[in-house]
Amino acid sequence: MEQILTNERSDSAENTLMGLFWAVLKRDLMLAYRKKSDLFNPLVFFLMVATLFPLGVSPEPDFLAEVAPGVVWVAALLATLLSMDSLFRSDFEDGTLEQTLLSPQPLFVIVLSKVLAHWMMSGLPLTLLAPLLGVMLFLPAEGMSGLMLSLLLGTPTLSLVGAIGAALTVGLRKGGVLISLLVLPLYIPVLIFGTSAVQAAVTGLPLAGFFALLGAMLALGVVMAPLAIAAALRISVSG
Amino acid sequence: MSENKKWMPRWFYQLASPRWSYEIMGKLLPGFAVAATLLLIGGIIWALAFAPEDYQQGNSFRIIYIHVPSAILAQSCYMLMAVAGAIGLIWKMKVADMVAKSCAPIGASIAILALATGAIWGKPTWGSWWVWDARLTSMLILLFLYLGVIALHSAIESEATAAQSSAVLALVGLVNIPIIKYSVDWWNTLHQPATFTLTERPAMPAEMWVPLLIMVIGFYCFFAVSLMMRTRNEILHRERRSSWVRELIEKR
Repeated sequence: MEQILTNERSDSAENTLMGLFWAVLKRDLMLAYRKKSDLFNPLVFFLMVATLFPLGVSPEPDFLAEVAPGVVWVAALLATLLSMDSLFRSDFEDGTLEQTLLSPQPLFVIVLSKVLAHWMMSGLPLTLLAPLLGVMLFLPAEGMSGLMLSLLLGTPTLSLVGAIGAALTVGLRKGGVLISLLVLPLYIPVLIFGTSAVQAAVTGLPLAGFFALLGAMLALGVVMAPLAIAAALRISVSG
Repeated sequence: MSENKKWMPRWFYQLASPRWSYEIMGKLLPGFAVAATLLLIGGIIWALAFAPEDYQQGNSFRIIYIHVPSAILAQSCYMLMAVAGAIGLIWKMKVADMVAKSCAPIGASIAILALATGAIWGKPTWGSWWVWDARLTSMLILLFLYLGVIALHSAIESEATAAQSSAVLALVGLVNIPIIKYSVDWWNTLHQPATFTLTERPAMPAEMWVPLLIMVIGFYCFFAVSLMMRTRNEILHRERRSSWVRELIEKR
């Protein structure tokens, strides 16, 4: 911990890039663990949104089975978006973010690690919870593996792209609604390929192409998004 | 820096001066205004009165002369906004920030024009105002991207921070536009393929596409006029405390 926040470069073995990555990851996971409401609220939201569809549209099993891939994906997308605002907010408010920006360590690694920690607290639980929603919405059993795999590949991209929005709005008092405006259009490709993968799994079509595309978007996101996030954080904090 | 100056032309650095940009835009403005007026009036008369009817769609196809130019322009305007934003980020040029800021509302209104004309055209051709077709949807998403940039810019009070933040967002959007375009294309396609491509001759006869080309160039000229007027306003507003703006106002 002290190693991240110090301004002096030390040459110990733990202070390598991997050491930095793990230290930030451990810190963020521990903070998230101590503030459990932030962990559970998006999950509860995820369940509630999925409950609204049978109530609002139709409880017919045939109809629900047809819309289930889309509903689960849209719910996961909104739940990720809801949790995005808190990614840099508390660090910004207590000044940690400013110290992180001043530190000599590469911001790219720190940001990537923070996003990974955020995904482990939002995207991963959502993925694990998804089969429950699939059952509630009568998704055929063949579609379950497609649903979980597509969420596993897609939600990290959602976290990476959402973090750009969070970084751009971290200095603003009312960031919440603005993030959705900035980020939702950018989520559309992930949504399209995610639901297509589930639908292909249900109908027994080959899945590899969709997973390849989701993986390609994830790879692009891992390389490019931290640059944008780091630039956005520097602008937001200095401004 | 001295090496940089060799490969970047002198006028590029001169554009960094708001006063110089204001003056050069003032000189260019009348020419573009005349060109835009002539091209748009000439093009629209040719398109509506003299171009031949489409053998399937009859006269309703003539909306293409507004729809296609606005759709092309809406996309180019986003590119210009992102490039201007990048220049503002890299060289810290105030004028580039102002150009990027002026692009957003113009681009958004042109995207709305493209969507509206598309809807009006869709009614007689496809039988409904809106279909979830790939290219309509990607134009709608482009409009959302514009609205996001405008919303972010207006939410941040400091002009410099707002310009940098929206430039980052515009650049992220620029990387995403091809991804969105292809994903939506694979998702659903009903729309006809692009009318103009750089590599092939258009499939329609010359009497039809020449007026269309005139309209496209006219739209670009109109865009240049409107962009320069907005940017000049923006320069005056931001430089209102400097002496040359005061002198300019006192002269009037």
